[in-house]
Amino acid sequence: MPLEREDIENIAHLARLELDPADVPAYTRHLSDILALVEQLDSADTSGVTPMAHPLDAVQRLRADEVTESDQRERFQAIAPAVEDGLYLVPKVID
Amino acid sequence: MEIATATLAELAAALRARELSSEELTRAYLERIERLDPDLNSYITVTPELALQQAGAADADLARGEGGPLTGIPLAHKDIFCTDGVTTTCGSRMLADFIAPYDATAVTRLRQAGTVLLGKTNMDEFAMGSSNETSHFGPVRNPWDPERVPGGSSGGSAAAVAAGLAAAATGTDTGGSIRQPAALCGITGLKPTYGRVSRYGMIAFASSLDQGGTLTRSAEDAALLLGAMAGFDSHDSTSVDVPVPDYAATLGDNLAGLRVGLPREYFGDGIDPDVASAVDAALEELRGLGAETVEISLPNSHLAVPAYYVIAPAECSANLSRFDGVRYGHRCAEPQDLEELYKRSRSEGFGAEVKRRIMIGTYALSAGYYDAYYLKAQRVRRLIGDDFRRAFAKVDVIAGPTAPTPAFAIGERVDDPITMYLSDIFTIAANLAGLPGMSLPAGFSGELPVGLQLIGDHFAEGRLLNVGHRYQQATDWHRRLPPACA
Repeated sequence: MPLEREDIENIAHLARLELDPADVPAYTRHLSDILALVEQLDSADTSGVTPMAHPLDAVQRLRADEVTESDQRERFQAIAPAVEDGLYLVPKVID
Repeated sequence: MEIATATLAELAAALRARELSSEELTRAYLERIERLDPDLNSYITVTPELALQQAGAADADLARGEGGPLTGIPLAHKDIFCTDGVTTTCGSRMLADFIAPYDATAVTRLRQAGTVLLGKTNMDEFAMGSSNETSHFGPVRNPWDPERVPGGSSGGSAAAVAAGLAAAATGTDTGGSIRQPAALCGITGLKPTYGRVSRYGMIAFASSLDQGGTLTRSAEDAALLLGAMAGFDSHDSTSVDVPVPDYAATLGDNLAGLRVGLPREYFGDGIDPDVASAVDAALEELRGLGAETVEISLPNSHLAVPAYYVIAPAECSANLSRFDGVRYGHRCAEPQDLEELYKRSRSEGFGAEVKRRIMIGTYALSAGYYDAYYLKAQRVRRLIGDDFRRAFAKVDVIAGPTAPTPAFAIGERVDDPITMYLSDIFTIAANLAGLPGMSLPAGFSGELPVGLQLIGDHFAEGRLLNVGHRYQQATDWHRRLPPACA
């Protein structure tokens, strides 16, 4: 199913991306081509087939609920774009 | 000794015999990088001070008769592996100034093994690409022909090893990103079984497919490097708790009676005739070593690329949502509100291919489409895994071409995503099934190298390395150096 310009704009919004309007036609074409490739999957009969989420069919490994990591806040915040008093700064959310 | 074509085993022997110091070796590579890399662009960051400091420590260990087989060996890490205190860009503007606050487990293990870090290699942005052209830091050139791509996404690692700018390098492989560039650059590339090498500190692209591995001159070198990198890691919830065998111990095993499966789907139309004849000659060589070739079928092979282009983008759209301009990475200037902060930071930070894949993944996971795309692809993934399971009941390894063509021209496929994606037509299935795969240099098409791919059953890395080593004892394709890199 070919995508329309509005589809691309909606997907970009969901992905929190802002596209240059001049680039939208190319994205529309490329994403439609990729979906056409993907639609070959429809030719496979997968009734009764269990989806494979992990190639070794492993399950999530659990560990004891104990503190194992030390506090490295200052180290990790040293690479943040904007911090103050140990808090990450973002534009005002509530007026 | 000719450093540019020496294997790790040869370099290790020279270091141990004190014929060569790690500092001399490191300086030799740094000199080659300075001389040859301005044209190749295989490194994003070179770390000469760190390298010489580590080389000095390695020399001190060696002088005391301490250290292991990798002590003092200079290598490079793909710039997807976090390195404490060293810029880790993942080939993206998003992380152009990101200095990792910790080491990836693979990095830690190789450091503890005494290796010397020469620098971080160029790559497709966030490992999304098959040509190294999506890198924010510019394309890498193939050392065999500067007008051609080295493959991708581990294109910098492959080019650096092929050109003799590192003794070996690490890479990652989500759909062929170690094997395809290894083939296009004429070196040995090993993607281990999913979960064999820890993903901790390896910047995530598609978590159920990503696997770290090696780019080396020979299979023997890969055995040495993988032995040091592999193994259980409690920091990676998908790391597999299976003992790491002594890969070097089985390298020389006899191949008599080895059953090599040739999937008819890997030998059909669309393969470059030079690639086909190089692969045929390699198979003849394996038969000469005692192997028996058997025709098999992997009937769902044609669905591997379509399934991958749902699963990989879906997982990437989730993984890359962490890049929000708040905690680390690129942040846009003067955002007016939070949504603008997210949108502009991400749009400025990511290149076109990454955006395409994030959008495909977002679409495939969005309300109303999840079953039709993601679940359907996971069902097809099961069919592909089952094809291999049936095949490995009959054969020990599977062989075929690594890539359908030799290295293509820079720019040739960059505006045509589908043609680019089909560069990985023979490598993607092993990722979907979580199987180990290896590419071996197997001849040339004109001046351009051709790769033979071997795929093994889960945890059969030792068998692949054994076949690769025996093949390389009988051939010298892995000994060639690009003429411009002498």
